[in-house]
Amino acid sequence: MTAIKYTNEHEWVRVEGEVCTVGVTDYAQQQLGDVVFVELPETGKRMNKGALAGTVESVKAASEIYAPVSGEISETNGALDDDPALVNSAAEGGGWFFKMTIAEPAQLDALMDRDAYDAYVAGL
Amino acid sequence: MTNPATEPLKRTPLHALHLELGGKMTPFAGYHMALSYQGRGIIAEHNHTRQKASLFDVSHMGQARLRGDEAASVLETLVGADIQGLAAGKMRYTLLTNEAGGIIDDLIVTRMDDCLFLVVNAARKEADFAHISAHLKDRATELEVIGNRALLAIQGPMAAGVLAAHAPRAANLAFMSAAWMEVAGVHCLVSRSGYTGEDGFEISTPESQAERLARILLENSDGDLELAGLGARDSLRLEAGFCLYGADIDEATTPVEAALAWTVPKRRRIEGGFPGAAIINDQIANGVARKRVGIRPLGRAPARAHTEIRNKNGDPIGEITSGGFGPTLGGPLAMGYVKTEFAKKETPVDLIVRGKAHPAEVAAMPFVAHRYVK
Repeated sequence: MTAIKYTNEHEWVRVEGEVCTVGVTDYAQQQLGDVVFVELPETGKRMNKGALAGTVESVKAASEIYAPVSGEISETNGALDDDPALVNSAAEGGGWFFKMTIAEPAQLDALMDRDAYDAYVAGL
Repeated sequence: MTNPATEPLKRTPLHALHLELGGKMTPFAGYHMALSYQGRGIIAEHNHTRQKASLFDVSHMGQARLRGDEAASVLETLVGADIQGLAAGKMRYTLLTNEAGGIIDDLIVTRMDDCLFLVVNAARKEADFAHISAHLKDRATELEVIGNRALLAIQGPMAAGVLAAHAPRAANLAFMSAAWMEVAGVHCLVSRSGYTGEDGFEISTPESQAERLARILLENSDGDLELAGLGARDSLRLEAGFCLYGADIDEATTPVEAALAWTVPKRRRIEGGFPGAAIINDQIANGVARKRVGIRPLGRAPARAHTEIRNKNGDPIGEITSGGFGPTLGGPLAMGYVKTEFAKKETPVDLIVRGKAHPAEVAAMPFVAHRYVK
């Protein structure tokens, strides 16, 4: 079963069994502006929920990416090395950052569903 | 002094136009300014400037006239440039210096028939004008701060064509010269200058006419002229190797350290007579401990202001003062200060970004060749 959850930091988390894929939302990429560099965590790295997982650099500024749940990084999106602008053109698709295992599935319950995230963005 | 935290933000005469055209507004030097525009973005605006032409609202900058028969010699007591030798209609980049040789501001001085016309940085205008006024006491020279004129910059290879459609005389202006002329029927002071490295113009216009003028220029350009925001202005000036006051130069940096000693010509070096002249002359003769240089990261990670620069032995040798991504260069770029022994171009260095050493090298500036009219 696939479910997509959202964080307050404007990340989307696509859950597929015991693994999730993480990226930033279209709202976030609009706020970032033109992305020119993405620094991703190393595969195999274990992270706690909320830990610094990477950095997105736009022309103007650097923004941090956080681990949405605790787990181990299983894959990173190599396409971003050559084409970081994928974050702008396909934020919620081909512009994903990394995949990680889900150590504590209960942490997913604290994340927002799409309706809750849209309401959150509308209130900003 | 005004407190930026409590002072309400000021608006330029083009504020409504920025909002109408999707300006993403940001506070800058006490003003609401457009960082970029919705649906376009910094890279698109940057590229449009290099390929066609862009209109920048730079009305936040300070404009003033210095009047009096002795205005040129009086201004020379504050800056290191040759102002007395400036022909009518010609302009020059110069620096207000303090007694320690530090840079109070960088500015453009234009010699008009009846005055010297000054354009200074927005964040520095109050300090500059107070500093200049203090030096005018008991002199027959008067500083008239201009509060009712907007400043529009048109920059890019198509700038001359776009402007000439409304001001035929503009096309005949030589680089770094200025003249009064009608632009779409509005009496403006037009100079051939700018801060992007491209051919272009700056237009000082009555604030009441600014929005109408901007619309006429944009609407009749067939898309050749588009608005561009502060973000593109920053990446363009960085590629051109130009300093941003407050980042790359300030009161603690001297013209010699900042690689701006060229702004002090021979006569002024010999005669002195401006604040910090002895220190600046000594630095020209004996060298300085650090120098402003261009830096090119060899990877893709940008290095921002305050990034530490180390030599290949891991010793700290300086700091980035501004940096980011150059769309025309196609990669990251920066400028900063390094110990003089590392200032030679192609010197390998490391930039410490988020705790990791990223290889880079000292690079010649400009990063992108200037394309002024001859």
